[in-house]
Amino acid sequence: MALLEIRGVSKTFRTLKALDGVDIDVQAGTFHGLIGPNGSGKSTLLKAIAGAHFADTGTVVFDGHDITRATPYERARAGLSLKFQITAVLPELSVYDNVLLAMQSTESLPRLLLSLSRRALDADVSSLLERFRLIDRADDLAGELSHGQQQWLEIAMALALRPKLLLLDEPTGGMSPEERRVTGELLEPIKAHCALIIVEHDLHFIRDICDRLTVLDQGKVLDQGDVEAIQRSPKVQQVFTTRV
Amino acid sequence: MLSKEASELTVAAERVPERRGTRSPVLRRILPYIEGGALVVALIVPLVLSERMDLITLATNVLILSLLAISFDLCWGLSGIMSFGQALFFGVAGYAIALVGRDLEFSELWGTLPLAMLVGLLLAGLFAAFLLLGRKPPTTIFVALGTLTGAYAAERLVSGWQYVGAGNGLSSVKLLKIGSYEFVEGTAFYFLALGLLVLIYAGARFLKQSQLGLVLAGMRQNEERLAFFGYRVQLFKAVVFSLAGLVAGLGGALYSYHQGFIGPGNMGPGLSTTAVLYSLLGGSGTLIGPVFGAVTVEVLSYVLSDIDAIKPIWPVILGLILLGVVMFQPKGILGLLVSDRERIGSYGRRRRGG
Ligand SMILES: Nc1ncnc2c1ncn2[C@@H]1O[C@H](COP(=O)(O)OP(=O)(O)OP(=O)(O)O)[C@@H](O)[C@H]1O
Ligand SMILES: [Mg+2]
Repeated sequence: MALLEIRGVSKTFRTLKALDGVDIDVQAGTFHGLIGPNGSGKSTLLKAIAGAHFADTGTVVFDGHDITRATPYERARAGLSLKFQITAVLPELSVYDNVLLAMQSTESLPRLLLSLSRRALDADVSSLLERFRLIDRADDLAGELSHGQQQWLEIAMALALRPKLLLLDEPTGGMSPEERRVTGELLEPIKAHCALIIVEHDLHFIRDICDRLTVLDQGKVLDQGDVEAIQRSPKVQQVFTTRV
Repeated sequence: MLSKEASELTVAAERVPERRGTRSPVLRRILPYIEGGALVVALIVPLVLSERMDLITLATNVLILSLLAISFDLCWGLSGIMSFGQALFFGVAGYAIALVGRDLEFSELWGTLPLAMLVGLLLAGLFAAFLLLGRKPPTTIFVALGTLTGAYAAERLVSGWQYVGAGNGLSSVKLLKIGSYEFVEGTAFYFLALGLLVLIYAGARFLKQSQLGLVLAGMRQNEERLAFFGYRVQLFKAVVFSLAGLVAGLGGALYSYHQGFIGPGNMGPGLSTTAVLYSLLGGSGTLIGPVFGAVTVEVLSYVLSDIDAIKPIWPVILGLILLGVVMFQPKGILGLLVSDRERIGSYGRRRRGG
């Protein structure tokens, strides 16, 4: 059974069909790319998976549980973690505190009140910051980071939750080519313990790190398969040459 | 293949000056000094004023109302809950201990003060369950109106209820005592109130600086984001709101014992709004700021109401002063001294500059 099974998911905004009967399977331990022209419904789909809004019809089954109507809190606890398209680090907290906040989220309220895990988590927070090249900025406010660094911080925070499935909406938006390359390197090792759905406009980037691709167009799945097959797909080539 | 907004972001990102390798300057903390200074002043006040009974009474009153100020700061300053009903918990607890004194002839400190705190805690918990723990996260306005309505309804209810003295409230409240020692107005009561205020303050400060405080700080900035981390945001709010009720309840009991009186006006929207003012004036979220706010408002009202020339219009003058501060200094008096960084707090263990 796949880690994530999306079946017939549709979502309509007023009269606009943003998603129209989408079926996707994501296997554990794979990196799944989601591509498509602007407005094709990529972010809408990720939000339906993460619980920012509910699908109108269809089901989302994660790790054997139907989460179609679950709250964001329940989905996070089940092992889903996401980075929105618009970065949402907590700007007035330090970089360190942002990661600590994500990492301590499974602690009970009394334990938080007594700060029982502050010491124990310190090493983990620091090593995560180290890995994401943010350790020198640990004491700075998250809002003072460059856009690219904020994206890294968000990925670090999403990973701090130790998810089974990570959803990334345009993680390299606003990054320099060098930062993009590093992002690819940073994501590579998480495959061991976490599956990934990633939305990206940079096809080179996505080709390099993904195992499978799904192409969305006007809310429908245009094609899906492994990276080579999609690259050769005439349907996909047509959409990309005429509309992107 | 780069989308249009993405390439714009690239440009924007490049304009951000690189500060790699520069550590933020060593953080200077000034709140502890302010808190220490305030404590020293509070300890000296009764010695200086020992000849002036009326001023000792005023000072004790200020300490008690500071509990209400802290109660509101726990809601708004720490958790982002706009409560226009903090006086409700204050007043109900005040009535409760007055009734226990009248009907059960009981006013032992070890029994009544915990009772008042429990009343505040449970009543606030009940409100939290209704206002915060619904299916959908409530809006700030919904909670503000809900608490306001609660305070208003309670004030009207007791105004018409003979058993609790109706419009006259309950007077000649039995004196608070420990064994055979009775606390009358004066220095002893002052130090009792100060001791309890310091305890509550220390507790609130501990909460603010704990890992729970970090969750609250995150919630104030982006409540939705915290839900995606797997925090039950509304539950956290409900718990802090209940604790704020406990603090208000303690304040109400002390008020009732100290004044020897509790009336409908002590639980209504009027006093609730005064608590909001304490906080906004002094600087919400700093804990000590709202205490300064309470001191400022109460001392100003005392002074202004005593000057013959302006006796009839002093509430207007007080109102204008407060309006001015709130408009031109939205972070309150403490906002002039304390940086945003220190007000919001830092929770990590990394040593500053180390
Ligand atoms: N909350 C909303 N209300 C109304 N319409 C919306 C809403 N969110 C998205 N849409 C519309 O739904 C369609 C799909 O949007 P979505 O954000 O999913 O596209 P996308 O594939 O992520 O595009 P991009 O590459 O630009 O990020 C768009 O036409 C968008 O305008
Ligand atoms: Mg999008």
